[in-house]
Amino acid sequence: MPTLLVIIISSVFVNNFVLSRFLGICPFLGVSKRIDTALGMGLAVTFVMTIASAFSYMVYAWILKPLQVEYLYNIAFILMIASLVQIVEMVIQKVSPTLYSALGVYLPLITTNCAVLGVAVLNMQENYNLLESVVNGFSAAVGFTLGIVLFAGVRERIAHNRILSAFEGFPIALLSAGLMAIAFLGFQGLV
Amino acid sequence: MLEILTPLWILAGLGLVFGLAIGLAAKKFAIQPDPKFEQIREALPGANCGGCGYAGCDAYARAVADGSASPSACAVGGAAVSANIAGILGVEASVLEKKVAYVQCSGECGVAREKMRYDGIASCLEAVVIPGNGPKSCTYGCLGFGTCTGVCKFNAIHVENGIAHVSEDLCVGCGACVSVCPKHIIQLMPLRQRVRVQCSGQDRGKEVRELCAAGCLGCGLCVRQCESGAITMVGNVARIDPNLCTQCGKCAEKCPAKVIKIL
Repeated sequence: MPTLLVIIISSVFVNNFVLSRFLGICPFLGVSKRIDTALGMGLAVTFVMTIASAFSYMVYAWILKPLQVEYLYNIAFILMIASLVQIVEMVIQKVSPTLYSALGVYLPLITTNCAVLGVAVLNMQENYNLLESVVNGFSAAVGFTLGIVLFAGVRERIAHNRILSAFEGFPIALLSAGLMAIAFLGFQGLV
Repeated sequence: MLEILTPLWILAGLGLVFGLAIGLAAKKFAIQPDPKFEQIREALPGANCGGCGYAGCDAYARAVADGSASPSACAVGGAAVSANIAGILGVEASVLEKKVAYVQCSGECGVAREKMRYDGIASCLEAVVIPGNGPKSCTYGCLGFGTCTGVCKFNAIHVENGIAHVSEDLCVGCGACVSVCPKHIIQLMPLRQRVRVQCSGQDRGKEVRELCAAGCLGCGLCVRQCESGAITMVGNVARIDPNLCTQCGKCAEKCPAKVIKIL
């Protein structure tokens, strides 16, 4: 139990996926204009990353390891994540068309989201077991959601302010993302 | 050999399993597309011109099917298509007035003076960015390089004698030429509006005489002639409001520059 708690604190705050590991920057910048879409993206990533952690553990520990082809992990994980996202997309389209249209193009984008591959590779490198992998995947995604929602809040406020024209749009977004990353640096050494 | 083949088989096997999983999921979670959408899409002409304001016929059909778009926004199909779509939706069709593109310039070769010889790329979009905004002395007129011809999917606009002309029976009023023209001189006009001002120049009368023999002088005589109050001066050029115009043609008679024409 204490190890799980350490994993959760570590991946939500200390090694936050976007602000400390710099994984999943594409949706972080792309879907963070409004809090509600950011939250939707965060939920989709949470869903995919949790399942992907479980499946990547199974693929690695039950298929690649016994066959002694661990070096195939990258390509196998990519294959697995791509198929998984496809399936998740179909399920969401069927179960919740509202969420499907809200996520729009960003759900297929999760396929190429390095955060999902990143969590699978990190789980493998840390030698986590199935439960630890799932917890790590889930809490890393919660960290992603936390980062993107906080950032969307910042951007919503910025949108209503007058900004130097040279800084409008992405420059100010990148600057604020950098400042947020510095703020999250404060969690270093907590675990 | 085995070191190469084994990983190949493993990956192929993994791919097969995941592919099967996707296939099963596609079967299990297949959604029935809205039958209205398919019928509407069938009824549309499929020109994908974007004249309705949507990304293409598919996007427009989807919008009509959810009720967020009017069934009579398709300029290409006109009244027949909007009646069809309205029939599919079970609503009354509103009549869409046929509009056609109209080039508000008559500065043909020899009529509009040229201030330089232009040997650059033969495209309006390129010619307009050089200093002086193109070879013609009048900076408002048609450049005549036919960028509008290039975007027209219906072969309805052609450059003749230095300016673009619209074939009104081919034009569907999608507005592609209107948005591409760098001089913004093409406008959509109701087909019934026959009295038209063939100039867009904002120069003053004396300068117009030096620049072009077919330019609106901005004298305002037409405004005083018009009994229905349909003509207003927009800057230095007369503009006719098609909703008020009675097509009487008095303005065309009196126009000293003969720039108002009855087509």
